[in-house]
Formats: sequence, structure tokens, C-alpha cells
Amino acid sequence: MTTSDTARGLLSTHDRRGLRIRGIFVPVQVLLFVAVALAGLVPLLWMAKGAISPTQELLREPLRLWPSDPQWTVLSDAWSRLRIGHYLFNTVVLVGGSWLVQLIVAATGAFALSILRPWYGRYVEAAVLATLFVPGTVSLIALYLTILDLPVTGGSIANTPLAIWLPAGANAFNFLIMKRFFDAIPRELFEAAEVDGAGPWRLFVQIMLPMSRPIIAVVSLLSVMSAWKEFLWPLVAISDAERQPLAVALPRLAESSELNQLIAGMLIATVPPLLLFLVFQRHIIRGVGGFAGVKG
Amino acid sequence: MTTLTTDRPVTALARPGPGRRPRRRSRHGLAALVFLLPTLVVFTYFGWWPILRGVVLSVQETNLVSDPRWVGLDNFRTLLADPLLWTAVRNTAWFALLALLFGFPAPILLAVVMSELRRLGGLFRVLVYLPVVVPPVVAVLLWKWFYDPGNGLFNEVLGLIGLGPYPWLQSTSSAMPSLVLEATWAGAGGTVLIYLAALTSVPSELYEAAETDGASVWRRLWHVTLPQLRGVLLLMLLLQVIGTLQVFTEPFVLTDGGPADSTVTILLLIYRYAFVYGDYGLATALSVLLAVVLGVLSAIYLRLTRSWSTT
Repeated sequence: MTTSDTARGLLSTHDRRGLRIRGIFVPVQVLLFVAVALAGLVPLLWMAKGAISPTQELLREPLRLWPSDPQWTVLSDAWSRLRIGHYLFNTVVLVGGSWLVQLIVAATGAFALSILRPWYGRYVEAAVLATLFVPGTVSLIALYLTILDLPVTGGSIANTPLAIWLPAGANAFNFLIMKRFFDAIPRELFEAAEVDGAGPWRLFVQIMLPMSRPIIAVVSLLSVMSAWKEFLWPLVAISDAERQPLAVALPRLAESSELNQLIAGMLIATVPPLLLFLVFQRHIIRGVGGFAGVKG
Repeated sequence: MTTLTTDRPVTALARPGPGRRPRRRSRHGLAALVFLLPTLVVFTYFGWWPILRGVVLSVQETNLVSDPRWVGLDNFRTLLADPLLWTAVRNTAWFALLALLFGFPAPILLAVVMSELRRLGGLFRVLVYLPVVVPPVVAVLLWKWFYDPGNGLFNEVLGLIGLGPYPWLQSTSSAMPSLVLEATWAGAGGTVLIYLAALTSVPSELYEAAETDGASVWRRLWHVTLPQLRGVLLLMLLLQVIGTLQVFTEPFVLTDGGPADSTVTILLLIYRYAFVYGDYGLATALSVLLAVVLGVLSAIYLRLTRSWSTT
């Protein structure tokens, strides 16, 4: 995975001893490392500083590195007065439901096509993959009109969590990586279980689910991180301010609230995905690196 | 027809794999359908139907009040006659071009230089990915604060060395580059990680052979590293173009298309047609045009990923 001492890259041990490498390459490396560290950390730390500073101080002394009198109450003020807590709860509900729906749809669909293999399976798979060619933003308007007045059943799910949960399930990418994983499981395993009299449901619950823990973890991380980032679709689908997630509420709050409370709200919106990343950094970094069929 | 049906069992016997299929089908027919139900329902309602509906809507006049009316290509005619459309196309192309200039070479440089790190490689990967973890809306609002002409971080810091103050988002010439700068900061980390992973799969024998032949570091970089990354570079280029053609959050939150329409992008225009003017026909007509362009690009992308993952 990482470049160890045995596997060399562009530079050889001989190069590393050379004057030009030590004189040019290494300083460039240090410089870029510092630049990346600054770009990654400074905005986050500046946000944290802003979230505990008095607004007057942010306006009068913008470059002050640390507030003269850190006010932790700004965070609780934002939580209650800007109702950040309320919007955060909305976000959690929307993200949690999207995650569950994506997992159920991808797991059952991939199981059916990979293991049960109905004769029409290849057509379903082709139709699912075809949606990859049409990015979600392009069918945005038609999707909006669909949730306003559902075909066949009728009725509107706009302004309800269903408007976020269900469209999230129509994710061809999850389906694709799930099916690829299932396809690689030895078929003998299922055939042996079938000889023992296991039906499709038992195959799914007792063999498939336990074996696919790694892929379920990957799909979960991807779906939670991306659902937390959603902006355009919730903006369109949930116009009722009471029910909006934090990401949609923040730009609206930005127009009328005190600067430090707004920044505190932004910080609160960032902490959950940040913690998730720091805890699962290995998996996420490997997952991102392995993306696009690249050997990692 | 009859010869075809009698022929089947024979070929089935010859190949044991597919021969089991008919039995399997009869045993699992219902179960397969039940397991496929969530996929079929969700994709029918929220995947396939909206795509078809979008095409139909683009040749209708729809305002949600009166019944939809067939208008043929009228929406497209109105659309092409709207001067704002061409502004949006120009702005989006300008955004995409600037994003390539800012955001395409930097991750390559970072990945090539940092893959030679002997220590702190893990820390570098975490640091470079941090901006990607910040929710886009928060990132955009944060940069809006930094760009503030009165007391924003950027003008204050540049003021220390006697530069500025710059109008960042307030002038027609600097608004778009300011948007691109934020978008590049927010998006580059993922690309760097992908390049870093790709670099580890460059065979070290190639470097050794080149070095034995007396190739300098620069020549090895040019003749070994970059050609080996060719595939990934092309993929990332395509993905970046696909992404930038759909830019929305930055212009919507940072500038709302201003000043003087200098940051109105295609997606922002679609949003305005639909949710400000209530003209869904016009909005879907523009979506269909965008879909054609993006569809071609995605098809190229999928083709490339497929051919590379199988070889």
C-alpha cells in the first residue's frame, strides 16, 4: 500500500544522496507539505476560533489569533437561538434514512442479480447502469415534479423525509460495487447451502450478509459522507424551513444572524463528518484511492 | 422455432453451467422478484421515470397550474433566443477552463512529489483530504467570510504585505476566479489521493531500467511516471469536466450569479427557470441539452474505466 524502503519510486537511493535532490527536491517537498497543512488546517482552525469569539472582535480585529475572552456560550446560543440543534436533528434523520434505503436497495438488488440470477437480470442491470449516464442534477426538475405527484399511486412526498430517502436509493454506483463484490464470492458456498435445504432468504441472511461486512462498511461510509454533503436536492425537495437539513438552513441563517453564531453553526455542521473521517481515515483514504478501477 | 426449442437441452448438457439455469429459474423465480422489488420500485420512480419525464417535459409547456400543453420545440427556440443562456454557457465554460488551469496540474505535482515522502505520508494524506470532508455549504460560507472586502481574512493578510484590498466577489472580472479558487480548495484532495494510489502501481523495474540507461530524474518523470499515469490523468480530466459543468453551490451561495450575471452558470439558470420563473418546460429543455453533453462525457468515462479494470 505505502512506499516502503524496498519498493522504490521515481527516486533511487542514489538520487537521494545527490546534491540536486537534497538541494531542490527536498525543499520543494517541505514547502508543499507546509502549504497543504496550512490549506487543510487554517480554515478549520479559523472557523473554530470564530465560533468562540465575540462578533465585535471578529469585525474589529479580524487577524487576532485567539479571542481575548473565549466565549463557549456562543456554541450553545447558536444551538438554541439559531436552532442549529433542530436542523442538525433534521440532517441526522435524512442522512440515516438515506443510508438505510441505499443499503437495503443495493444489497437486495445485487443479491438477486448476482446469486439468484433471474433470466431478465441482465436487462435490469443494463437499465440500472444506464442511469449512470444521466447525472442527478440533469433530471432534477423532472424528479421534483415526480415527488410532487407520484406516478400510478399519486400523492406528494415533497417536504417529507421520503423525498430524500427514496431517491437516494436509486444509486447505480452502490449497486455496481455491491454486485462486483457478490460476484467474487465462490458460488460453491451457496450451492452447498442449497443442497442442505437453505432457501433464498436464508442464503441472504446467513451467508450473504455476514460475508459482505467489508463492502457494507464501504457503502455505508460513502453514502453517509455524501448524504451529509447534499445541498441542491434537499433545497429543492424540502421548501418548508422547519424541515430543512442544516446544509440548506445555513445559507438562509447567514443573512440574518450574528456572525459568531453562524460560524458556530458551521462548525457544528462540520464536526460529525470530520470525526467520521478521522476515525475511519484508513478505509476512506483507501476507498478514495481505489476509486475509478485504479489498482491501489 | 421448433428446431430451436429441441436444440436447447443438447447444448445445455454439453455445458453444465448454463444447463442448471432452467431449474434454478423455476425454483427462484418468485424469490428473485421479491429481492429485486426495492431496486425496481426505487429506480422506476426516481431513476428511469424522471429521465423519460424530463424528455417529455422539454416539449411541453408546464407551469403546474394549467394542464401541460404540447409545444414541440418551442421551449428550445425560446431557450436559444435567451441571451442569458449564452452568458451561462460562456460562464460555465470559463469556470471549467479556470478549474482545469487551477485544479488539474496541482494534484499531479502534489502526488508526484509527496509519493517520495519517506515519513509522514499518512499524515499528508489526512491533511490533503481535510477540505473534502467539510460540507460544501460550510466551505462556501467559510470562504465568503474570508473573501469579505471589509474584514475578510484574505484582504487582511494581503494587507500586511501591502497588497489589496481586492474586491474578490464584488467585481465581474474577479468573481469567477474567486469561485474557482474555493472549488479547487474543496475538491483537489480526492484527486491527490487517487494519483497517489495510482503512483504506487508504477512498476519499479521501469524506473530502474531508465536509471541504468542514464535517465535523469526529470527524464524519468517525463518518460516513465507521466505515461504510466496517462489513463488515470485522462479519467480525472473527464470527471473534472463533468463535475464543473454542473457547478451550482458556489455561484448560488457566494454570488447568486452576480455581479452583473458574471457567475450565472447553466445549473443556476435551470434552477431559476424552474423555481423563480416557474417555467418547467424551459428548465427541462436546458436540462436535456446539458444531459446530452454530460451523457457523451460519461459514456467515454465508463468506457475507459471498463477497459482498464478488465485488463
